[in-house]
Amino acid sequence: MHAFLTQIGYDAWVLPALLIIPLVGAALLLVQGALASDDGTLAAAPSARWIAFVVFTLEFLVSIGLWWSFDPATTAWQARVTTSWIPDWGARFDVGIDGISLFMILLTTFLMPLAVLGSWTSIRDKVRTYYALLLILTTGMLGVFMSLDMLLFYVMWEIMLVPMYFIIGVWGGERRIYASLKFFIYTMVGSLLMLVAILYLWQVTKNPVTGQPSFAYDDMVAHAAVYSRAALWLFGAFFLAFAVKVPMFPFHTWLPDAHVEAPTAGSVILAGIMLKLGTYGFLRFAMPLFPGAATTPWVRTTILTLAVIGIIYGALVAMVQPDFKKLVAYSSVSHLGFVMLGIFALTLQSVQGALMVMINHGISTGALFLLIGMIYERRHTRMLDAYGGIARVVPMFAVLLTLVSLSSIGLPGTNGFVGEFLVLLGSFKTHPWFAFFAATGVIFAAAYLLWAIQRILFNRLDKPENEHIPDLNRREVAIMAALAAMIIWIGIYPAPILTRMEASANKFVTDVQAGAPRAPGLVMGGRR
Amino acid sequence: MTYDLSVPAQLMSALTPDLVLMGGAMVLLLVAAWGKETEGHARLVGILSVALCVITGALVVWMAASGATATRGMIAVDNFRWATDLIVLVATIITIVMAIDYSRVERLIIPEAHVLVLLASSGMMLLAAARDLVMVFLGIELMSIAVYVLAGLDRRNARSAEAALKYFLLGAFSTGFLLYGMALLYGAAGSTDLAVIGSKVTGAAITRSPMLLAGIALLLVGFGFKVAAVPFHMWTPDVYEGAPTPVTAYMAVAVKAAAFAAFLRVWVESFGGAAAAWHAALWWLAVVTMVVGNVVALAQRSVKRMLAYSSIAHAGYLLVAVVVNSTLGTSAFIFYLVSYMLATMGAFAVVMVVGEPGERNQELRDFAGLWRVRPWLATAMAVFMLALLGFPIAGGMGFFAKWYVIQAALGAYQPQTRLAVVVVLASVVSAGYYLAVVMYMFMRPRAEDAPAPRRIGLGTGLVIGAATVALLVFGIYPTGFVRIATHSRPSIAAAPSGPPLTSASDR
Repeated sequence: MHAFLTQIGYDAWVLPALLIIPLVGAALLLVQGALASDDGTLAAAPSARWIAFVVFTLEFLVSIGLWWSFDPATTAWQARVTTSWIPDWGARFDVGIDGISLFMILLTTFLMPLAVLGSWTSIRDKVRTYYALLLILTTGMLGVFMSLDMLLFYVMWEIMLVPMYFIIGVWGGERRIYASLKFFIYTMVGSLLMLVAILYLWQVTKNPVTGQPSFAYDDMVAHAAVYSRAALWLFGAFFLAFAVKVPMFPFHTWLPDAHVEAPTAGSVILAGIMLKLGTYGFLRFAMPLFPGAATTPWVRTTILTLAVIGIIYGALVAMVQPDFKKLVAYSSVSHLGFVMLGIFALTLQSVQGALMVMINHGISTGALFLLIGMIYERRHTRMLDAYGGIARVVPMFAVLLTLVSLSSIGLPGTNGFVGEFLVLLGSFKTHPWFAFFAATGVIFAAAYLLWAIQRILFNRLDKPENEHIPDLNRREVAIMAALAAMIIWIGIYPAPILTRMEASANKFVTDVQAGAPRAPGLVMGGRR
Repeated sequence: MTYDLSVPAQLMSALTPDLVLMGGAMVLLLVAAWGKETEGHARLVGILSVALCVITGALVVWMAASGATATRGMIAVDNFRWATDLIVLVATIITIVMAIDYSRVERLIIPEAHVLVLLASSGMMLLAAARDLVMVFLGIELMSIAVYVLAGLDRRNARSAEAALKYFLLGAFSTGFLLYGMALLYGAAGSTDLAVIGSKVTGAAITRSPMLLAGIALLLVGFGFKVAAVPFHMWTPDVYEGAPTPVTAYMAVAVKAAAFAAFLRVWVESFGGAAAAWHAALWWLAVVTMVVGNVVALAQRSVKRMLAYSSIAHAGYLLVAVVVNSTLGTSAFIFYLVSYMLATMGAFAVVMVVGEPGERNQELRDFAGLWRVRPWLATAMAVFMLALLGFPIAGGMGFFAKWYVIQAALGAYQPQTRLAVVVVLASVVSAGYYLAVVMYMFMRPRAEDAPAPRRIGLGTGLVIGAATVALLVFGIYPTGFVRIATHSRPSIAAAPSGPPLTSASDR
């Protein structure tokens, strides 16, 4: 496989191709729309979803080669492609991956075709625009994961916002307008301050060869690893942008609204991929750029505390939700708390665990949102009380919901276990008390999810309208089969994934620790 | 070549584009007066006016490409002038194209209106060239008097008449301030030449001479009126709302651009050496303008009035380029103006299409569900809104414009980090009203009794399409414009651009 990939020069074109394929797909949909005389409803334009599905499948097939072409031994950027963009400002089109971004890219390309299948029949209005927006969104997300130029990164970071804003606002539920605006404004406040911080960094960053200002990620890391008063402010700006996206407690309030109001595919993408953009931002940008600020004791303690509060608070709030979708939304706050704990505990195991939780949360929560979407299409309600005892009516749905819930809880043998276990193991070494409190979050997770599936699937079948729900059709089973296979594979044999991320995770931990402030006196010694 | 401005013939040739536009406007005035006031005749005058602008623009490009310079004198021959000229001319062309469609729909057939736009534009070109206070005054008067008339073009409409009167009274008032300031400066410096004043205005001179300080302050008030900076903005919303939409677009873009160009040149060339004296005043002017413009815009229900407040807010962003007092600031200014022109002109064109006839349907609710009936128009409007918001890719150039301004603020001799933070926070506030338009267009259902939108005139359609495409293309690949903006600096920049920020101190 490796030889074949080398032969076709895979590394030289794969990343730009991944960015361009969705855009070509979006253009195809728009051209088709301009040529067709129909009104863009599902009945009139059934081909739109097929175009989107084929494009996303192609995207996935193109990206999967990265799994083999990736060299786990090195920490250098791989599959790197760089060309000139705005030479006057030292900005380049510069993309590449390491063991951290590899899995984020694969997760994205894996989930997107499933998200299309998940909206197969539920999106009936303006279908072309809907799928075109999904495609554009994919380019933005992949762009963030592979950018090695800060200007490119920022542009990609912002560009994701517009498609998602429209997906929630046009195809969402009843309170969609409120939810979409809240989502947009929250994200924008954080990102714009990050923009100022990036420009500030750009002023101090010089390209080593030309001496001109440079947006190159490597140059910025080389120049910004200083501890000073400014570094704290700059870290703060990056922190705000990423903490809103993660979302960390108390910046999470946009999340339940956005997740609940978004259409199924929107929720899957929001939870499965977009939340990871925040934690990825910490791993790639906020911490390597400002290791001194990020590891300042009070900063680190505050963030770890917020992470653990997020774990427990998210779980407790999830427990009392009457709406299944909202329950899963709050469970995301809890899971992402584990990721933040793992990242800021700063041991190899905890960081690897955090990466695993990022992957697993994408798969499990994506699967949960898809299942909710499927049952919602049948019964048009997401209230837990409206169901009960439907395991007998829809056995296939029941089996899959149970499996996915168990993986989300973190049962050994499923993917969820690997990540959370590693996070707890790793953070126990440096921060035992935080690990202790975080571990209670696992118990709460078991409580809210098991209680929820009890109320949906088991109990008594006491509502007549539940007696004739059709079970999952073949399309839906196919979606879930792909996800279930991943759940079990990662749960049983995570080694190939862990090997591929080990070198990069190790580099992250050593680099950040090397930049930590040594003398405690420096910590309080800002000027003025 | 280098023009010797003390030789009248060479002064004339240095003014070729301006003279061509003025002379052509005179001829067209006669053409306009000779025909009957029919739609066909008005359109003919309009098309000839556009052609004249194109010829003038070609001359400007030719002179810029020849790399001409000049000795010190009444006018400047530099790239800053040419860039401003081109922005003004493009805005003029768009205005006239919009006005041709507007007059057809509104049955407002006045062939001379197009000529008035040309006359105002020639005043603006003088302003862009002026390197002498007398020239500045001449340019401002030539521009303003034509625009007073344009604001009141729709005689049947009381609001248009109100706009004209208000604009005239307050405009005359502000000209008084400007003139008085110029007189005091002349008294203190002994010359109206910007460079001579620049050599006299130093930090030490200011403390010695209250007359100088008073002159600068009065000039600031006068320019503040013309560019609609808070607290000198009171006239703007009413005038912008009452004037016919193409004229509003013209005022929001061309008038502001020309006034700002003169403002910037006077400040950079004459007062650059005494930044300490005016820095705080201008800093607060910028901050207050950004905050008030954006916050009040949030409360507007009429899109046209909202765009008026938005133009005030953008005056605040442009003021940042003046505050930083550096060549980076003037480059950012030119780049910002191009982006602002495309987005604002396009947005007003959409308002005109949706609002006609009689400019009745300009409320936010009239935009509800526009996407369902006019998908491309709604998409173009969304691009304009996101460009004004400063959003990357989807908002095209708008993002790089804001970026450039923030870059100028951070790269100034004294880094203006706080100002940069105010710029981005103000932008966040502006998301509230720009997105409201997008939200109404895409996410609200169309009202049952909403009239079907009229067919878009060919000219207006072209303008909207071209503005959208230009914004998007230069938003992905801005290098060309960055280069042009970098080279579009006043030939004498008094203040050094200063070394880039090296210390990590936070201001």
